[in-house]
Amino acid sequence: MLEVAHLKKYFTTQKAVDDISFNVEKGSIFGLLGPNGAGKTTLIRMITGIFYPDEGNILFNGEKFNTDEDSARIGYMPEERGLYKKMKIGEQAIYLARLKGLSSSDAFSQAKDWFTRFEMQSWWNKKIEDLSKGMAQKLQFVTTVLHRPELIILDEPFSGLDPVNANLIKDEIFRLAANGASIIFSTHRMEQVEEICNHIILINKGKKILDGTVNHVKQEFKENLFRITASPLPGHLPDSVFEVLTKKEQSLTIRIKEGHSPNDVLRYFIDQQSNISVFTELLPSLNEIFIKLVEGTSLSRQFQPIQS
Amino acid sequence: MNKIGLIIRREYLTRIRNKTFLLSTFLLPVIIVLGIAGTVFLAIKGKTNHRIAVSDQNSYFRDYLKSDSSIYFDFSPGIDTINYAEKNCSAVLIIPVLNEGQKTIYRLKYKKQLGLANIDDLEKRINAAITDHLIYIKTNITRSRLDSIRASSDMGELQTFSDEGKRSQQSSQGLSYAIGYTCGFLIYLLTFIYGAMVMRGVSEEKTSRVAEVIVSSVKPFPLMLGKIIGIGAVGLTQFLLWIVLGIVLALVAQAFIPHELLQEVNNIQKANAMGNAQMAQSSEAARQIFEVKQSIQNANWLLIIGCYIFYFIGGYLFYASLFAAVGSVVNEDPQEAQSLLLPITMPIIFSFIIMSVAIQDPGGSLAVWASMIPFSSPIVMMARIPYGVPTTVPYWQLLLSMILLAGGFLFTTWMAGKIYRTGILLYGKKPTWKTMWKWAFNNG
Repeated sequence: MLEVAHLKKYFTTQKAVDDISFNVEKGSIFGLLGPNGAGKTTLIRMITGIFYPDEGNILFNGEKFNTDEDSARIGYMPEERGLYKKMKIGEQAIYLARLKGLSSSDAFSQAKDWFTRFEMQSWWNKKIEDLSKGMAQKLQFVTTVLHRPELIILDEPFSGLDPVNANLIKDEIFRLAANGASIIFSTHRMEQVEEICNHIILINKGKKILDGTVNHVKQEFKENLFRITASPLPGHLPDSVFEVLTKKEQSLTIRIKEGHSPNDVLRYFIDQQSNISVFTELLPSLNEIFIKLVEGTSLSRQFQPIQS
Repeated sequence: MNKIGLIIRREYLTRIRNKTFLLSTFLLPVIIVLGIAGTVFLAIKGKTNHRIAVSDQNSYFRDYLKSDSSIYFDFSPGIDTINYAEKNCSAVLIIPVLNEGQKTIYRLKYKKQLGLANIDDLEKRINAAITDHLIYIKTNITRSRLDSIRASSDMGELQTFSDEGKRSQQSSQGLSYAIGYTCGFLIYLLTFIYGAMVMRGVSEEKTSRVAEVIVSSVKPFPLMLGKIIGIGAVGLTQFLLWIVLGIVLALVAQAFIPHELLQEVNNIQKANAMGNAQMAQSSEAARQIFEVKQSIQNANWLLIIGCYIFYFIGGYLFYASLFAAVGSVVNEDPQEAQSLLLPITMPIIFSFIIMSVAIQDPGGSLAVWASMIPFSSPIVMMARIPYGVPTTVPYWQLLLSMILLAGGFLFTTWMAGKIYRTGILLYGKKPTWKTMWKWAFNNG
């Protein structure tokens, strides 16, 4: 649905985005991950048409991205939220939807719809100044999706929301994706990514360093770690097949050595007359993968001169 | 495009609906009128009656220096240069021995400043006294006869007519000056007010971060243009309301003039139209009203209002985009705006100063040049136009000035648009002039 190919954007002191390509499928929830200053915002701004890329292509449904027409099909919720402080909330929602090309009556009925769904009807004639931060966040989400965009870009959509409202938004994200919208979800919060996203990419220093489905990525970074709970534990544990990392009561965390399979481990335990109650593979969390990949590179991005 | 219309509509409506708009629309004229009335009142009030002691040992001036309500000359012999203050006089005038045909120095000693106007007045009176004194001693004329000649000689009146080929029209320099000054001043004031409004609007969008949301639907340039046009429309609405207000006030004022007086005014008008200017029978008040009415009717209002609208829009567009550019580069700190605003406010202030000089000589070269250059033309040209087109301002000058202004605002808008486009999404450090120059003129 969205294809990004070899996108580049250099600023005077930084290669903000340096040759990034990826695809977003229709109806999928796509996680865009990366440490602070990795180039996520710049990348998003190019997709939303705010910036022109220096090089590379953005294809939207197979056609070259056209800011004027395609901006109506994109909904963007930036990390730094912003709405007109002194404008009435209902009017504001309609205004933003009409800027995206909705007719005034359509915008009105959509706004009413969403306000009812989120139980915000009483806000209609209030101003942003009167809202709490979490309320403003909900409103921002509504204005992002009001015009039925095909591509929804959410930058840290849950920051500042209590668990109840976060769930409300999460359910809406799932519902929108199920109805065919593609969602790009940018965040630092890995547990949310694991829960929500189908596909992720990780960028660091303007380059893509990871691309795949959540499951695939976990498989790729697995370290052959298993947890086994058995009783009684065998007195002698062979270090040729696996090594024991931790031992806690009847539970062992083990790493299976190269050239051996879980079956070898199980066979050994069975041979030792040990009753296995739990045997499970330990996949790395995205958080661990993220830290592993980003760690070691200098924490904050350095300014560097660009030769061009 | 449809989107720019939406932006204009929002900018316009949110401001028109605001209470401050109505308040400022009706209060500004009231404040200006009160201000003028206040200064006039104070000027009249401030003309304190000065008692000036005259030390005139030879009694040259005793009968010739005339006292009136504003200056009273005290000739009492007891007053001298030492005790005048105790005798309630603000100054003492020392009359030396007069040497005929030679320049004589009169000295005025004072404890309290008399003011420039009073000194001027005093000098005139002294000169008149000398003339009278000389006439009296050189001829056999009697005092009373001299006085009556003086009284009856004060009857000349210079009327000016602007020569427009076939017909020559009576013009009123005073009225032209008043209209010109008002127009120039209004454009000066409104450029500031509405320019600052544009700047605030832009910087509000930036600091509230709504800009990023909007810019993902609309390109920055239409966003800036929509804001400028919307706020400009507010300015025009305000101007139209002022015209309506002015007409209503004029009608109300007319209702307060007694009916007989109006009748008389009408009679003069009829008599004038038939070609016999026999005003002698009508009263002084009626004649004055007639003159004011006549000169107001003679002013070419259609032209003035038309040009005002053009120059207001032109000048506003010229400066508003620059204000927008400044608004786009500053962050939360309003102090940052100050230094960036200086290069924009200085030309406006200079234009106003040039205008107040140029209006004294609306055909002079300063006036002509300043009304061509787009930086100052809206203010200066508006001060010249009431003096007459095409007499004081030839058509070619008006046309050239308009074309240059249009070119000027297209240029500033284009340039400001490029700064705006980058500035609106840039947070953090305030850019330097050099980087802003790069944004504007490099294809970055």
